[in-house]
Amino acid sequence: MLRKLHGWPGLVAALLLLVLATTGVVLSVVPAIERAGAAIPPTGEISVADLSERVVAHYPGTEQIQRSLSGEVVVYYSRDGQPGADLVNPLTGESIAPYQPSAFLRWVKNLHRSFLLDDAGRLLAGGLAVMMLLICLSGMFLLARRMGGWKAILKPIAGSGSPRIHAELARFAVIGLLLSALTGSYMSAVRFGLLPEAANAEPSYPAEVSGGTPVPVSSLIALKNVDANELRELVFPYPDDPSDVYSLNTTQGAGFVDQSTGELLQYQPRPTGNHFQHWMIRLHTGEGLWWLGLVLGAAALTVPALSFTGVQIWWQRRSSSVRPAKGASIESADVVILVGSEGNTTWGFARDLQNKLNQAGKKVHCAPMNDLAKRYPQASVLFVLTSTYGDGDAPSSASQFMTRLEHFQANDGLEFVVLGFGDQQFPKFCQYALDVDAALSSKGLQQMDLVTRIDRGSAMQFREWGEAIGEHMGISLALTHNPAPAATAEFELVERVDYGVAVNAPTSILRFRPVQDRRNVWQVLSFRSRSHLPSFEAGDLFGVAPPGDNTARLYSLASSASDGQLEICVRKQTNGLCSGYLHSLKPGDRITGFIQQNPGFRPAGGATPIILVGAGAGIGPLAGFIRKNTDLSPMYLYWGGRNPQSDFLYQPELGGYLDDHRLTGLNTAFSRSAEKAYVQDAIMADETALRQLIEKGAQVLVCGGRDMASGVGQVFDSILKPLHMDVDELRAEGRYLEDVY
Amino acid sequence: MKNILFALGLATAMALPAYAQAREVTFTTQLSNYGGDGAYLALYLTDADGQYQGTLWIAGQKSKYYKHLRDWARGSGESQAEYDGLTGASVTSGRSLNVTLELDDALIDSGYQVRVDTAVEDMRDNRSDVVAPLTTEGSGKSVSGRGYVQSFVYNLK
Repeated sequence: MLRKLHGWPGLVAALLLLVLATTGVVLSVVPAIERAGAAIPPTGEISVADLSERVVAHYPGTEQIQRSLSGEVVVYYSRDGQPGADLVNPLTGESIAPYQPSAFLRWVKNLHRSFLLDDAGRLLAGGLAVMMLLICLSGMFLLARRMGGWKAILKPIAGSGSPRIHAELARFAVIGLLLSALTGSYMSAVRFGLLPEAANAEPSYPAEVSGGTPVPVSSLIALKNVDANELRELVFPYPDDPSDVYSLNTTQGAGFVDQSTGELLQYQPRPTGNHFQHWMIRLHTGEGLWWLGLVLGAAALTVPALSFTGVQIWWQRRSSSVRPAKGASIESADVVILVGSEGNTTWGFARDLQNKLNQAGKKVHCAPMNDLAKRYPQASVLFVLTSTYGDGDAPSSASQFMTRLEHFQANDGLEFVVLGFGDQQFPKFCQYALDVDAALSSKGLQQMDLVTRIDRGSAMQFREWGEAIGEHMGISLALTHNPAPAATAEFELVERVDYGVAVNAPTSILRFRPVQDRRNVWQVLSFRSRSHLPSFEAGDLFGVAPPGDNTARLYSLASSASDGQLEICVRKQTNGLCSGYLHSLKPGDRITGFIQQNPGFRPAGGATPIILVGAGAGIGPLAGFIRKNTDLSPMYLYWGGRNPQSDFLYQPELGGYLDDHRLTGLNTAFSRSAEKAYVQDAIMADETALRQLIEKGAQVLVCGGRDMASGVGQVFDSILKPLHMDVDELRAEGRYLEDVY
Repeated sequence: MKNILFALGLATAMALPAYAQAREVTFTTQLSNYGGDGAYLALYLTDADGQYQGTLWIAGQKSKYYKHLRDWARGSGESQAEYDGLTGASVTSGRSLNVTLELDDALIDSGYQVRVDTAVEDMRDNRSDVVAPLTTEGSGKSVSGRGYVQSFVYNLK
């Protein structure tokens, strides 16, 4: 519901909002420009009487003096019967330039408030402001849900691609956009009479004036009492009309001034309601608040990108919304698949599972988790495939599942297995799948296999899970679904450096360059080129599938696109199909692969100290981070290998980085040398220094095998204990990042 | 063309004799290309001293901006009774406003003046942009304005 409330107005309004936002950005800089050009006397230095005297000295035919909230002073005058208007310096009364409001800005303003369509356009613009308000509010709630509550709203955002860009931008801009939308809606509502128009201070014209001889404007006491910075407008009396008066309008109120006695007549302070309305308008236009104008402008600047990524997210969700046929009925099915999905991607996996089970002769019923039946009379296996929403919540197609489960009657011997889909970067990775698994167990169902968690739709993990499940069921289950077949490109091996053969851990640093093949015009235009290589950073992933196998393995990149080559560090696994394939490559050989962004594993940058921890081939991305550290942020590397003579990866490079201070400190541990130490030992040996670094805000990045990572986590927990902190806490703050395999 | 029976309000206000005859007058106000948003105009009658006597026409729908038609606002006190039924749309830069009214015969050649106040958003307010004596002789003679009005002419029937 919340999502619909966010999406539909956004889609409908995207184009029109683009117009409002773009024009808004242009208008937002006007107050700052005006302020930059205005001379503003210090408060208390000159009065309206002084100002008028100086102006009249240069403009004897002064009719009107206006001061904008930005501080610009404009004098309207008549000279030899010809009207004129000049921008003047309030300190001297001298002309700065003829006053000529910009026709371009006037056009932009009209486009902004009415699409150049007068009242009909104003109504549309007002409607859009209200829509924007809805989008901002629903978006804030969506973001809070995604982040796992309002308290977590400022924490680093996990995920990648359009959803992440959308969330990051929106979080940055939402306050500004909300303010613009709210004040815009208010102004529109007042304009169309939906809200009462605040009464203005409009004193009635004085019935009697002294009629005495006019005195110079500089000696009028009522004008002496008003500071020039409070002036809004002063209208001069007609020359030679003793019955006429000055009309004075200030930020505080309005009244008239007798041109002979200087007395303030009929003065009325500005009503409170008017002050309010006035402020609403200023908060929208930034008039006289140049910094606010710029803030609002910066927020509006994100609208095009938000619209674009928003539409992209909507489209992705829509195009992945193909659901498999239900298949067998509830009564006849011997296998049931229930799907919990928010963005519909889980359905793709479910369909593959359903097809393969059908091929194996099973009668499969497939439905959303919310459609859980009271019982499945013939079923022997229940699959639950589910993602997790936000901070461990149910995705939308499973929102009712737990309630319905209370009334569920399992037939004897019904086995279940839960498969969770999620992103390891989120603190509660696949939490909902774990909850469902526990709930089904406590319902008395037989667990066929432990819950498995698939990270970022990994086709390989899905396939492996299928093999395990097939074994349990005594069938062959060759799952092949790949949610995002990436745009692949061809790469040529240009260099390899081999380490570790002597210690039985052959590890190679492989450097590839993209192969430019010829593209026809259509491919160029449609971006469908095979050699289309997205930009990448160290820490992103390189996907490669060995020949005769569709499932790609991911390797962490040790180089950035700006290095012009693609560097990975690969340890040859025993019987490893893909690592074996990569190790068999000779310079000049070509492979096909793709880039997968991994923005969740990047050093913070700036002055934040960075603690890099890795073992074996896990040094790859860490070496890449150090190479990129040309800003010389403090970086400390803790790395574990086997033997310094055999598998000290990147040894020459690391020496160079220490020399040019890209690397601040290097600590190694070797398990098959005299010291027999692991990276955990190297960390523990530096306990005090590391604790101090973390206390100062340091970020920890860990890359390597799963066992090493969990060992390192424990060591850090013990280091953090005196600080009353732990790794989970750092992780939630985005200060403990892992890339494990 | 706007045909409004003008006689009532003004005639009563000035306590003219009951046998007064009505006369059709067309006022044509041509605006210059001042290059701004739509202009607000007030056409009104004053005596020879410039004292407000009655409203002929207000171009512009939003009464909150009427205060910028300064002399007219001062004379009329912006009271709605003064301009009820005598309003129309604002006038775009470079366009002209035609208003046809039935005026009391007694108002012509009696020292009355037609005045036009003009105002445009974010631009100056012009009080008495046009001042033209309402006489038989002046009919059909173009008067130039000092603000946004390029030329003003009235035609007596």
